[in-house]
Amino acid sequence: MTVEERKGASMGRESGQRDQFPVGMRVLAVDDDPTCLKMLEGLLRRCQYHVTTTGQAITALKLLRENKDKFDLVISDVHMPDMDGFKLLELVGLEMDLPVIMLSANGETSAVMKGITHGACDYLLKPVRLEELKNIWQHVVRRRKFDPKDHNNVDNGDEWEKNTVVNAESGQCAVTGGSIDRNGKVNRKRKDQDEDDEDDYDENGNENDDPSSQKKPRVVWSVDLHRKFVAAVNQLGIEKAVPKRILDLMNVERLTRENVASHLQKYRLYLKRLSAVASQQANMVAALGGRDPSYLPMGSLNGFGNYHSLVGSSQLPGLTSFQPNGILNRQNYTTGFGLRNLAPSGMVQFCRTQSDVSNPLTDLNKLQCVNLPGNQRGNVLQGMPASLALDQLQQHKVSQDVNKCISGGLSGPGLASVSSPNSFITVSNSPLLLQSQQQHAQSSGFGNQFSINVPSLSSDAFDMTAGSSNFCDISRCNDTWQDAVQLTRHPNNNLPMVAPFSNGGLAPNSMAVNATSMVSHLDGNLHDASSSSVSVAPLHDSVVGTDMQFQASTLGGNVMITPATSIEDSKYLNFRSPSKPKQECENQKLDRTHKLNLLAGSPLSSSLQNPSIISLPESQRINDGLCDTKTKMNMIGETNSGAIFFPQNRINKSAADVPFKDEYISDFSRLQGGFSTKDCILDDIVNAAMKPDRDDFSLMDGNMRCEMFPLDACL
Amino acid sequence: MLGLGACNLEVDMNRLIELLFHQGVLDEQFMQLQHLQDESSPNFVYEVVTLYFRESEKLLRNLRALLYECTDYKKMGIHLNQMMGSSSSIVVKHVQNISVRLYFRPQSSNWIGCIQSLEVLEHEYFYLKNKLHEFLQIEQQRVIAAGVRYHPLLQQ
Repeated sequence: MTVEERKGASMGRESGQRDQFPVGMRVLAVDDDPTCLKMLEGLLRRCQYHVTTTGQAITALKLLRENKDKFDLVISDVHMPDMDGFKLLELVGLEMDLPVIMLSANGETSAVMKGITHGACDYLLKPVRLEELKNIWQHVVRRRKFDPKDHNNVDNGDEWEKNTVVNAESGQCAVTGGSIDRNGKVNRKRKDQDEDDEDDYDENGNENDDPSSQKKPRVVWSVDLHRKFVAAVNQLGIEKAVPKRILDLMNVERLTRENVASHLQKYRLYLKRLSAVASQQANMVAALGGRDPSYLPMGSLNGFGNYHSLVGSSQLPGLTSFQPNGILNRQNYTTGFGLRNLAPSGMVQFCRTQSDVSNPLTDLNKLQCVNLPGNQRGNVLQGMPASLALDQLQQHKVSQDVNKCISGGLSGPGLASVSSPNSFITVSNSPLLLQSQQQHAQSSGFGNQFSINVPSLSSDAFDMTAGSSNFCDISRCNDTWQDAVQLTRHPNNNLPMVAPFSNGGLAPNSMAVNATSMVSHLDGNLHDASSSSVSVAPLHDSVVGTDMQFQASTLGGNVMITPATSIEDSKYLNFRSPSKPKQECENQKLDRTHKLNLLAGSPLSSSLQNPSIISLPESQRINDGLCDTKTKMNMIGETNSGAIFFPQNRINKSAADVPFKDEYISDFSRLQGGFSTKDCILDDIVNAAMKPDRDDFSLMDGNMRCEMFPLDACL
Repeated sequence: MLGLGACNLEVDMNRLIELLFHQGVLDEQFMQLQHLQDESSPNFVYEVVTLYFRESEKLLRNLRALLYECTDYKKMGIHLNQMMGSSSSIVVKHVQNISVRLYFRPQSSNWIGCIQSLEVLEHEYFYLKNKLHEFLQIEQQRVIAAGVRYHPLLQQ
């Protein structure tokens, strides 16, 4: 056959060992159009590949998952009824690390670009020609070859040209790009020359010679592994992460540098894409939420989360993912931010989505700030849990604690208002926790002191949102807080208080700051220690300018932002007004000193809080002072940010907001919401009684302080 | 004679194909399709073309329904996309072009224009279908006439 001859000829040029390779390559073809599928099958058979066809993406995935080594290459149509081709592409790329070629009748550059940015090895246009299909085996060889020889090939990248029919290869492929022939030759030469330099070269050499026969066992990037990977990357800094160092940090057996390198490549691509998406979403959120456009900075942090989903739901939660250790100090705010009226479900959704999406990647600090609309207290709770992502640090401990706390808290005082305390807990437990756990592996190992404070606070917080009814709770909260405060006094724990204040951007006025939203100390990132996930009772927000000081450092980036209660209903907003300056707080940098000032809902407080409440105004003032913090969280105030962190105003606290080390805060600052829930100082909340033992809780120690929002502000 | 019959048929077939090429209804891709047919898949062309007919008619019906009932352009776009894809695979250039045109038409939200384009599309499609049908018939006859020993394509 001519085809054979041609192949043979080309092969012959290279090492003879390649002769066998393209022949018998196993391809999986996916296309919903039976005509095209049949045509494709015929063509591929003509090229002497082994073809398996299926009309559904789901079936394809099943086939691929059954046996990872069953296929060498996947060709998939872009438009399919059951699943988007790009999504399939991502999944395959991430799970199985197989080269995927996209196929479409639509040849517009934008579509092609999309395919490439999603990681496709190639993008073919229909009608597919035989010549094009004859070349697809290059992708397989390229991948195989490149894995082992990662650094080697970087230099070669320039020289190589891609001889694909369509579009430029993505960055991923580009490196490996180049004609196979040349590649082979060059590599061979290099091999000889650089043999000494490359340790692994030798071992790869064999593979190069006979790629088809030698198949490296595929490394499956499990969630754990990926978590370690991300932790290592974050530790090194995304810019500086080099495979070798990552590998060392990860310290996993049977993982080669090449595996890490290729995974890193994919990861970077993913992040880039997320940032693009995030910015889009930010815009959308801005459009939707309208409250605080500034909240939109959804810098895609580590590519977490499915903000997309969030956007859709327009529910509160702002997802904020914090980069651990400031790799990316951006927080992703889900569109939920600032949407006050988001339903709690949104939160959950986010969590979920996050987990889905990020399975491999993200789970990193995802803080979900849930902005609970006033009405939906439950949301607040949800947000809390989300923020509790700090749990990550804790590795479940937090989550557990949190849950306990939350549950406790919920059951306690005003949870009544909280519509779904359970949801809250569950929410937190799930994705958030996971996420937090992951990322923060590296986060400072500060002990988290979340614990109990959180629950109480959270519960209170919720109340706050609820509105006046919360008042009662507040008082209760105070008590609890006090206790909590004790707890939080850990010497070195920075409990990041994540007090996502509801709704970013809650209209200040509307929200009567009720009840002090407690900023639960979410320690998200911080201290890995105790997991007291503090659910920050975010009273919303930012408005009040709660300075949230997160002990970012500890959190390592999971700043949990507890969605401030829905601002709408609650009078939280009042918080904002008084402590406007707080809003300013934006985390500028990663300063850790975020203080979470719990904004005690002034309105609420008035009645309930008694002393504490009264102090709110003071606290606010204080908060203002605190606001200077580096990372002031932008209270939601304007934005819908669900950002969540609201530095809760300390009710009466003095300016003792000890600057917590907040690494996260910086992240938060990005959040428009201005959440600064780094530290929630519970004690503060307690108001007068709690003399600002802030010092005790000073951030240095990593105490979380929750401050009550000045209620009067809300009023 | 067997051979003659086969030859005649073959000639007819070629002429038909030529005509279609000339009209722009088919293009090289069709040749590829034919090339794909060999001993291992003797009825390849037939199968593919039949499949194409079936799918395309479904698509056309859907398009028509969409256009007349709900005018959901997005869905239409999807269908058209598929139409385009399959047409191009078979190498039905003409139909493909028309599909393309119709594909972009909704952008202008011109319903009447869409209807018109759809009609043109359908017309072209049925014309193509007739011709291809004819082609297939001749092909089959030729195969029969040529007997086992001759492979139609090899004769060319």
